[in-house]
Amino acid sequence: MTVLEVVGLRKLFPIRKGLLRRIVGQVRAVDGVSFRIEKGETLSLVGESGCGKTTVSRCIVRALQPSAGAIRFRIGDGGAVDIAQVPKRALKPFRRHMQMIFQDPFSSLNPRMMIGDIIGEPLLVNGMTNKTERRARVEELLELVHLPSAYMNRFPHACSGGQRQRIGIARALALNPSLIVADEPVSALDVSVQAQIVNLMLELQDRLGLSYLFIAHDLSVVKHVSDRVAVMYVGKMVEVAATENLYARPRHPYTEALLSAVPKADPRLRSQRIILQGEVADAAHPPAGCYFHPRCRYAVERCRVETPELAEVAPGHWASCHRADELTLKGVEQGG
Amino acid sequence: MAETPTPILAVQGLKTYYHQDEGVVRAVDGASFELYPGRTLGIVGESGCGKSVSARSILQIVERPGRIEAGSIFLRRNGAGAMVDLAQLDPKGREMRAIRGAEIALVFQEPMTSLSAYYTVGNQIGEVVRLHMGLDKKAARTRAIELLAMVGIPRPERRVDEYPFQLSGGLRQRVMIAMALAAEPRILIADEPTTALDVTTQAQILDLLRSLQKKRGLAIILITHDMGVIAEMADDVVVMYLGRAVERGPVDEIFHAPKHPYTKALLRSIPSILARPRDKLATISGSIPHPYDRPAGCPFHPRCGDFMPGRCDRLAPEMRPAGERREVSCFLYEQAP
Repeated sequence: MTVLEVVGLRKLFPIRKGLLRRIVGQVRAVDGVSFRIEKGETLSLVGESGCGKTTVSRCIVRALQPSAGAIRFRIGDGGAVDIAQVPKRALKPFRRHMQMIFQDPFSSLNPRMMIGDIIGEPLLVNGMTNKTERRARVEELLELVHLPSAYMNRFPHACSGGQRQRIGIARALALNPSLIVADEPVSALDVSVQAQIVNLMLELQDRLGLSYLFIAHDLSVVKHVSDRVAVMYVGKMVEVAATENLYARPRHPYTEALLSAVPKADPRLRSQRIILQGEVADAAHPPAGCYFHPRCRYAVERCRVETPELAEVAPGHWASCHRADELTLKGVEQGG
Repeated sequence: MAETPTPILAVQGLKTYYHQDEGVVRAVDGASFELYPGRTLGIVGESGCGKSVSARSILQIVERPGRIEAGSIFLRRNGAGAMVDLAQLDPKGREMRAIRGAEIALVFQEPMTSLSAYYTVGNQIGEVVRLHMGLDKKAARTRAIELLAMVGIPRPERRVDEYPFQLSGGLRQRVMIAMALAAEPRILIADEPTTALDVTTQAQILDLLRSLQKKRGLAIILITHDMGVIAEMADDVVVMYLGRAVERGPVDEIFHAPKHPYTKALLRSIPSILARPRDKLATISGSIPHPYDRPAGCPFHPRCGDFMPGRCDRLAPEMRPAGERREVSCFLYEQAP
């Protein structure tokens, strides 16, 4: 069952200049992105800074008003509602079903509130006014994220980064959401703690049937959590596929370069990496044709003039590259 | 590797403490390592392990209330081969100032905050060469352009007049490297040089460091929390935990035959791009203790799977040889004859 379906999502930010703040251009932060997330599934959005992955997540939770496109969200077994069309004031009943986990566990918890109140606040706001009832639920949530219930009476500063991230997760789970949007949830943590949070997220997903939209730049972490992966470049989705297929046999040259650039934790695998030349294209002035062509080592004349569309190149494997069918790109080996 | 090479830099038993009202933070509590010309020494560890403070101690730029308490930092000076102990020099003295930049240079993690926003790139690089090499203004500018070209910045004659905010993160880090290498140091300390960068940019910068090392025989100390970067770059590795070096050795042995329980656990817990999808990760229980709350004995014992009660929680293990060019500080390896 599809929990979330995004169709043709677009978000433009105006560039204003001069005394009258006239709009002189537009940054196409997200430019026609479509995907779906099934119940109990993790879809990861990956890409480098400025590719629009965070903007996508902000549009979905409606922290930003999308410029165009549909965001169809299904609550329980009911029908899907296009929340891009729902006015902001009427969003509250939807919001409890989609929650966010943030990157920085130090700035996302109020330092003046006790942990119990932080986790209990969404309950209070959504009508659980009975204190004892709320306390019991907070206790349950702490247990769910493997923290002792005594933590209820602590302040965030007394907790380590990993513990804070658990608290953030407990708060996100308070209202039994069906979709969790996690924006770089482990990138601020030390490796030894990162592993604990990744495992916790996998465990909670199995237990509660959660769907995750996981946003990350670290392709190694992404491989551990995802069922499917979508790669973004300058506001567009360039490839979507099941995790194994995307890593083993990428179909877009950008994905190939990304995979090759990840340092492998084995000195025996030091290899000839693909070093991309130049810089990520500017979303305010993207190049003609395929946005990736100036850095692509396989680019031909057609790539310079014609913008490729996302097309299904193998069952469940989508790529937007004119040469997806003729190229044999290198992925990463499995094992170890 | 040549036979019996002499290190260009040898750090022995370095201890750098911060004396604060709440107590003493032992940021570095016994670190020893050697650096050889043309080679890369990787210092790896998680936050609070003392890797950055070690680097700052070498350059004597530890901020107050931090102080080097013990240990020596021997540097083989240019040409003559005479050794000086940097730990004994006056941090503000003439000799130390002549060493910083000209013999040992530093590249920081965050290129935006370590470049001045008010001066052009050319001005900032020019300052280094005018100071250390006594060039005049015009020659300094020419040199700055040369250096920008050397680190692979396109159109250097135009970039030289730009301000840092006009450059992308990757280009800024290239500028930092150009500036660090301006006075032709023999040692480059790179403190998390690619942590703030995207992977494809990281690959570019690491590649640049490697080619510069090859061309100039630079000795590099690479400080990072990323085991992947260490595996790609380092020849020798020091693993640190809570201020102590717990293990050191050649990179291949650290990754394929780790000895210290912390190194083993750390390697197991890294998410790997080679793993099967949705594979659970091995974890290290608990978290890194707060610096004021440092465990007695071996700092890793509360999280260690091989913890020996009565021993690890009472005594701190010393760094001991464990094979050729290998050292480990763990009681597990002390029974051996």
